[in-house]
Amino acid sequence: MAAVTEPVAAEDETLVDKDGLIAQLKAELPDDVVLHDEEDLRPFECDGLSAYRELPMLVVLPATEAQIQTTLRICHANNVPVVARGAGTGLSGGSLPLDRGVLLSLARFNQILDIDADNARATVQPGVRNLAISEAVADLGLYYAPDPSSQIACSIGGNVAENSGGVHCLKYGLTTHNILQVTIITLEGERLTIGSMALDSPGYDLLALMTGSEGLLGVIVEVTVKLLPTPEVARVALIAFDGLRQASNAVAAIIQAGIVPAGLEMLDNPAIKATEDFVHAGYPTEAAAILLCEVDGTAAEVEEHIEAVRDVVERCGATEIRLSQDEAERARFWAGRKAAFPAMGRVRPDYYCMDGTIPRKALADVLIGIGDLSQEYELDVANVFHAGDGNLHPLILYDANNPGELERAEAFGGAICQLCLDYGGSITGEHGVGVEKIDQMCVQFPPAELTQFHAIKSAFDPKGLLNPGKAVPTLHRCAEFGAMHVHNGELPHPELERL
Amino acid sequence: MNAVADPVGAMDQSNEIADHVAQAFAAKTPLAIRAGDTKSFLGEIGRGEILDVAGHSGIISYEPGELVLTARAGTPLTEIETTLAEAGQQLAFEPPHYGQGATLGGVIAAGVSGPARPFNGAARDFVLGTRIVNGRGECLRFGGEVMKNVAGYDVSRLLAGSFGTLGVLLDVSLKVLPAAHHQATRVFEHSAETALDAFKRWRLRPWPITGAYWENGLTYLRLSGAETAVRSACEQLGGQSLAMDYRNFWTEVREQTRPLFTQDERPLWRLSLPPAAPLLDNAGPNAIDWGGAQRWLLSDEPAATIRQRVAAQDGHASVYRGHTTPRFHPLSKSLLALHQRLKASMDPAGILNPGRLYPEL
Repeated sequence: MAAVTEPVAAEDETLVDKDGLIAQLKAELPDDVVLHDEEDLRPFECDGLSAYRELPMLVVLPATEAQIQTTLRICHANNVPVVARGAGTGLSGGSLPLDRGVLLSLARFNQILDIDADNARATVQPGVRNLAISEAVADLGLYYAPDPSSQIACSIGGNVAENSGGVHCLKYGLTTHNILQVTIITLEGERLTIGSMALDSPGYDLLALMTGSEGLLGVIVEVTVKLLPTPEVARVALIAFDGLRQASNAVAAIIQAGIVPAGLEMLDNPAIKATEDFVHAGYPTEAAAILLCEVDGTAAEVEEHIEAVRDVVERCGATEIRLSQDEAERARFWAGRKAAFPAMGRVRPDYYCMDGTIPRKALADVLIGIGDLSQEYELDVANVFHAGDGNLHPLILYDANNPGELERAEAFGGAICQLCLDYGGSITGEHGVGVEKIDQMCVQFPPAELTQFHAIKSAFDPKGLLNPGKAVPTLHRCAEFGAMHVHNGELPHPELERL
Repeated sequence: MNAVADPVGAMDQSNEIADHVAQAFAAKTPLAIRAGDTKSFLGEIGRGEILDVAGHSGIISYEPGELVLTARAGTPLTEIETTLAEAGQQLAFEPPHYGQGATLGGVIAAGVSGPARPFNGAARDFVLGTRIVNGRGECLRFGGEVMKNVAGYDVSRLLAGSFGTLGVLLDVSLKVLPAAHHQATRVFEHSAETALDAFKRWRLRPWPITGAYWENGLTYLRLSGAETAVRSACEQLGGQSLAMDYRNFWTEVREQTRPLFTQDERPLWRLSLPPAAPLLDNAGPNAIDWGGAQRWLLSDEPAATIRQRVAAQDGHASVYRGHTTPRFHPLSKSLLALHQRLKASMDPAGILNPGRLYPEL
């Protein structure tokens, strides 16, 4: 294998001259853009993964692209790492600050710049909230399809950085399928337009590379999203099963019947009980699992598909099937799903949300495997997830006040990642690697792939200063993690396919 | 696992291909990657020793319930489409073949998509994972066979449309979709301008449109999906039903074999534009596909004139037939530099299809 070129800054703990950096930034930027007092830094110490906290050395809150370029140029010249942050709702610690770095908040970039109904697109600044886009274009009969559950708060720049999904991506795709163009600023301060206003662009598909790159390649300063016509009708089927296996089989059977539901979600019994106690959505609390299957389209199409779904799930042994009769009932069916995470907070003080993906056919085996792990680690788990995509979200319930429970929850989470990989899946479907799953990357990818990732990063950021230490582990770190040492360069379970 | 048995002739040549590239890397020998040789008219003329990957062929796994098919790059496209059709499924991006020997690897490397592209997505949208040989001769695996996967950079999608300049495709995993139960094509008498207006209106409607094409005074709108949905959309749309066999019609559109393409000697240009972009000056286009986003122009005008006009509408122009270089729309200086660094990161000796995408890559 080729000589390893690892980014210098990623593991470099050399302290930078904080006062000198502040002076340089303040010389070129307005006073209110550079924050360095501890009380001003505190709100930025973590993102949605609050178990990890770190105070940034300083925070820059630019209001213009020129200010971003200035900030990045100064950081580049001084070898100071930069972590970009949108709304801070990420669940993998992707915008966890560095104590020797600048946290670049895009919060002030909150303007919708252009809505173009003729071309079914909207151009927005990165700090615009996901839901705000759909709200702004609703009167045109359009919407932006990807709907992460944090859509009320999360911002589009973060969605691009993480390639966010959501309930409806089964039919409508992830962020990567729903954007046309992004403008980035490189660490050297260069402004680049990636993608185009057409459906493709000349050269490499840099838009694909940029989407989901977790802030390691460039700072996103503008995004053009694709808009879709709002479906005429949507209906949900609430389907109960008395076994996890039957429910899992029904998921595959629906897909195999030639129906692509707009959303196909599963809740297991602990999740059903907790949400029912919390929002009283009318879920059958004795069921082992329920599926929420939404179909959308024209009225006639929805009728045809919902009947087909009913036939399929009856054959799969559904014990109860309820079809939403109106919008109010549809909203009620979804209310439980949407409240599932907060509902868990009433069961135990803390929960740890995992994000593995697996082939659909492995759903039942993996759910049963997670149940076994729950006993082994002596922590309860509830599953509320995107079954149609095979994207699991096990919620590990713990109490951080009990010594050792957080560590046990993390170890349980690592075991779930391993389980997903054993079944040919991935350690993350939509939340990203961030800092949370950096060690599991050493298990999913051999050294040659990790080396290739670092080489790609170097093409954008030769000094390795953008979000260092996230998303792609150094080989050194993997060696320390041990996965590769222990197995003499071979992954655990070499007999398993890992495409 | 419901793996498909390897048909006669199917075989795994990963190691041979990797060895070949590793030797070429050591000797700095440029390689021209080839399988069916049906897409050499796209892009620049390749140079280097031929690396024939056609023998690396066969469907590795396909389970209709997973909506995923994994096959070796040399697998004939027709073999894949037949296998999918038997299970009532399809490649929803409707790839053009451009000849009988078209392979999966060629389709993905060229990143080409058919008339359904604006409605169903492009080739890159359906790529879930790849196994490749990079320019050092290392076998690497990116993405996977699952629907959602954000671990590591999305190298698999980056490879779609990279014309083999970043890596030799070995295996590709694609998302496949159920084939539509029902299909209909409606025809309308439109000028190019009224066609673009109609496309604009129809874009806002939640109809199951899978094709929107115009040529020679007629607009053709294809609808695919549930029978009820297709029928109700047709009722609301009006228009005439298509007299000729509509499947042949859309195949001709997909392959650019309509008479207007074949019975004209002038250079053929593909214009990629925002779908609602107005008609450009006095010149054409001769055909409009993708609801306005892909337009075809037969023209003797200088390349620079055509490109300037298209770029002014946020679009780009590539030559499909004719003697213009560069074939693809030139990149800005800074984007070209980034392309060169990215190419070097995967192919440091510059041996994989050098000059095939752009002379400088």
